[in-house]
Amino acid sequence: MHSTEYDSELVKAGASAQGAFGQTAYFLRRYPLGAIGAVIMALFVLAALFADFITAYSPLSTDAALSLAAPSRAHWLGADYMGRDIYSRIVYGARISLAVGLGSTGLGCALGVVVGLVSGYLGGWVDLIAQRVMDILQALPLLVLALVMAAALGPSLWNTIFAISIPLIPAIARVIRSNTLALRELAFVEAAQAIGMSELRIAARHILPNTVAPLIVLATAQLGAAILTEASLSFLGLGIPEPHPSWGRMLSESAAEYIRTAPWLVIFPGLAISLVVFGTNLLGDALRDILDPRERG
Amino acid sequence: MDTHDPMPPVLDVAGLRTMFFTRQGLLRAVDDVSFSVARGEVLAVVGESGCGKSITALSIMRLVPSPPGRIVGGSVTLDGRDLLKLDEAQMRGVRGNEMSMIFQEPMTSLNPVLTVGSQISEAIRLHQDLSRAAAADKAVEMLRRVKIPEPAQRAREFPHQLSGGMRQRAMIAMALACNPKVLIADEPTTALDVTIQAQILELILRLQQDLGTAVILITHDLGVVAETAQRVIVMYAGRKIEEADVGALFAEPLHPYTHGLLASVPRLAIMSGQVQAAQERLQEIPGMVPPLTNLPTGCAFAPRCRFADAQCRAAFPPYTQPRRGHWVACWHSERLYGAGA
Amino acid sequence: MGAYLVRRFGLMLLTLFGISVIIFVLLRVVPGNIVDILFDSAGMVNPAEKVKIEKELGLDLPIPQQYAAWIGGLVHGDLGYSYVSEKPAIAEIAPRIPVTAKLAAMALAFSVLIGVPFGVISAVRQNSAADYVLRVLSLSGLSLPSFWLGLLMLMGFVAWFGDMPIYTEPPATLWDELLLYAAPAAAVGFRSSALVMRLTRSSMLEVLRQDYIRTARSKGASASSVNYHHALRNAMLPVVTVIGLEAAFLIGGLIVTETVFNIPGVARFLVEAIRTRDYPIVQNLVMFIAVVVVVVNFIVDMLYAVLDPRIRYSG
Repeated sequence: MHSTEYDSELVKAGASAQGAFGQTAYFLRRYPLGAIGAVIMALFVLAALFADFITAYSPLSTDAALSLAAPSRAHWLGADYMGRDIYSRIVYGARISLAVGLGSTGLGCALGVVVGLVSGYLGGWVDLIAQRVMDILQALPLLVLALVMAAALGPSLWNTIFAISIPLIPAIARVIRSNTLALRELAFVEAAQAIGMSELRIAARHILPNTVAPLIVLATAQLGAAILTEASLSFLGLGIPEPHPSWGRMLSESAAEYIRTAPWLVIFPGLAISLVVFGTNLLGDALRDILDPRERG
Repeated sequence: MDTHDPMPPVLDVAGLRTMFFTRQGLLRAVDDVSFSVARGEVLAVVGESGCGKSITALSIMRLVPSPPGRIVGGSVTLDGRDLLKLDEAQMRGVRGNEMSMIFQEPMTSLNPVLTVGSQISEAIRLHQDLSRAAAADKAVEMLRRVKIPEPAQRAREFPHQLSGGMRQRAMIAMALACNPKVLIADEPTTALDVTIQAQILELILRLQQDLGTAVILITHDLGVVAETAQRVIVMYAGRKIEEADVGALFAEPLHPYTHGLLASVPRLAIMSGQVQAAQERLQEIPGMVPPLTNLPTGCAFAPRCRFADAQCRAAFPPYTQPRRGHWVACWHSERLYGAGA
Repeated sequence: MGAYLVRRFGLMLLTLFGISVIIFVLLRVVPGNIVDILFDSAGMVNPAEKVKIEKELGLDLPIPQQYAAWIGGLVHGDLGYSYVSEKPAIAEIAPRIPVTAKLAAMALAFSVLIGVPFGVISAVRQNSAADYVLRVLSLSGLSLPSFWLGLLMLMGFVAWFGDMPIYTEPPATLWDELLLYAAPAAAVGFRSSALVMRLTRSSMLEVLRQDYIRTARSKGASASSVNYHHALRNAMLPVVTVIGLEAAFLIGGLIVTETVFNIPGVARFLVEAIRTRDYPIVQNLVMFIAVVVVVVNFIVDMLYAVLDPRIRYSG
């Protein structure tokens, strides 16, 4: 009948999106902020992977002559007190941020999934104890728990990853648990039980795949929190030890002194942290809108 | 169009069309629907869920959620004024005042953090220049009129402290507080216990007669229609397909869909004696309602209709008036009774 | 409601007990205790002396006994002695609490005063230009590390006034104190305000989808009456619980911000104590933070019950 009358409005609603290209174009238009986030994250990962190719100096080589040098042609973002090139340190710092971010989010998610699945699927006293432990972990601020753990374990990359992953567990475990509780009532789980699948197998084969969407959304949010926490720990001198180029470490407490004399030492590392965390947040928001049907407009 | 009606219509809906713009495509929720309601009349709108009857009601109130929905054509004339041409401020003066609405879910339709009385007096104060105290008194009076015991006490309570039936009574009190010309009741009893349903219906009818309000009763329950309405319109896939007086429609439906609808309902004493099919076994309508985003060209019922032919699939049938006051949109309405179905 | 209160209180005590055990064990498994460190730095090698000091500090006792001693002391208000200053821990911690409390109160006020109104605006004008700007701003608030924001503020102060408001001596008047705390409170509060704004927005959007909002509109209520009279009251209920979350959130921000602005509060003191391995201070401070977070959440839960008529009137 009158099919062309409403075309423009329908295009806006995304009705004409067809094929991979059309769908991508639709999401870019519908979630422009998410697209920006994805681009930031892609640049971040590329910088970390190809740090060797996009820097001219080693992030560790010192040069007394360059101490606190201002940004110049040769050293785009200037140099620090020890004459190390800030640009190189920021690019290599992406590796640390990425490693800690992915490492602690991955570990936190893995542990959270196990706790959540076991707790939700088995129920009973296992569930009761697991929930109380999660309460305890959640009662301490992320940074405080990470601080104490980092102090107890001593400064190193692995210890930092571990220290940050533990406080991330409760949020993941809670979501997985409640999804598990909801899903185990569903027909297909009963059907699986009826044909004699073991509980563990049911949990792994049926329940886990159905909780992937909320997990992705949550993990993206946690990634930003993990990167920020690493920066804070290193800023306080309890995260990644020298001489590794951690963004937080570059801002260490002595940064306040450089505010007057060498502001580039303060501006650029902070910008790097903020931009990456901003990217994860933009991406996380868009993913939540796309994957969580309740939020869909 | 309603030339047979002696009373002038208080509400006249003509060519109403409401579309939803979704990712799945254009959803024709209401497509070219026309009807009118006379002062003091009860008009029933029936159809399966998703046939566009609720969106018709929301369109008349101009409460269609936008985006994604939009009224794209037609007119809604209340006492000579086209509501679709009013600005939002003027429309607010109409809602709850000249025309009000009751919804299906009494459990969620009242604001949980405001007292029942304050929600009713709010409706009064929005349209009448009354003091807070006077409006509160009138709210209690309205609660009394809808037969809520201890109305003064109930007015001070919160919605969750009332039962479902009581909440629906409070909704009715709120809707009728300003003595509207038209009351739209969208499945007002569907969510209630069967025993409460009859009481609520009876209450609506009694108040309607006392106040002379015209009522548009939206329902899928044909038993409710038979007990309450004078006239019925039947909707299918966003369109009106039949309109008649209740007696005529129940006795001799002219659209195969209406016929199927009636045949699928167990008949009690409602139409006793008039219909020979009382002992006939229940029938179901084969097939399913087509998705509103992907309606077939021509008659939307054609895929499920045993009379359908090439003509039905080619073009939507025009409204005809085979009998006085009985309108139908079907190419083959005469065959329904000719075929002895 | 009474039973709920008792149950909730019991859970709170259980959580605090669990936290005390975790902190205690965590700090005892640390490789190298204070005595080792003292010995390392002083270069002392006399093992007899080492054993004597360990005995003095009670470090030779089995861990459960050490734990019992700590908790027993806590009950009597005896928090032990700081390894570093050798003063009673309570005398070290107590004077620092008001400083952090004032800072936290200002940051909280800042976050609510900014977060709630902008969250409402953002929801009411969903998908408008204003909504997009506010959402980007709130996301950036969540993305900026608060210590960096603090440093940027200091940079701004230097650029415009040639000086920075860093804590050097105790402020003389209340006004001085407010001025001194304004920048750090804003640095911490900005991040929290972003959290409040996002939660207000999503809560408001959820409420605006409810049936009773449609009812209000069907009565002829205006958009502002629908948004502020009908929706906001409902939307604020979950936002109140955010204040509970905020407590934990704020403390994280305070730790770094007090360090940046050189403010002698408990949050910065925790970092110092961790660095000097002053465990009596660390374990008591972490316990104190846990108590604050847990108690705030408990109060917020009770507040929620009072504010929501559905809970208030249910037995």
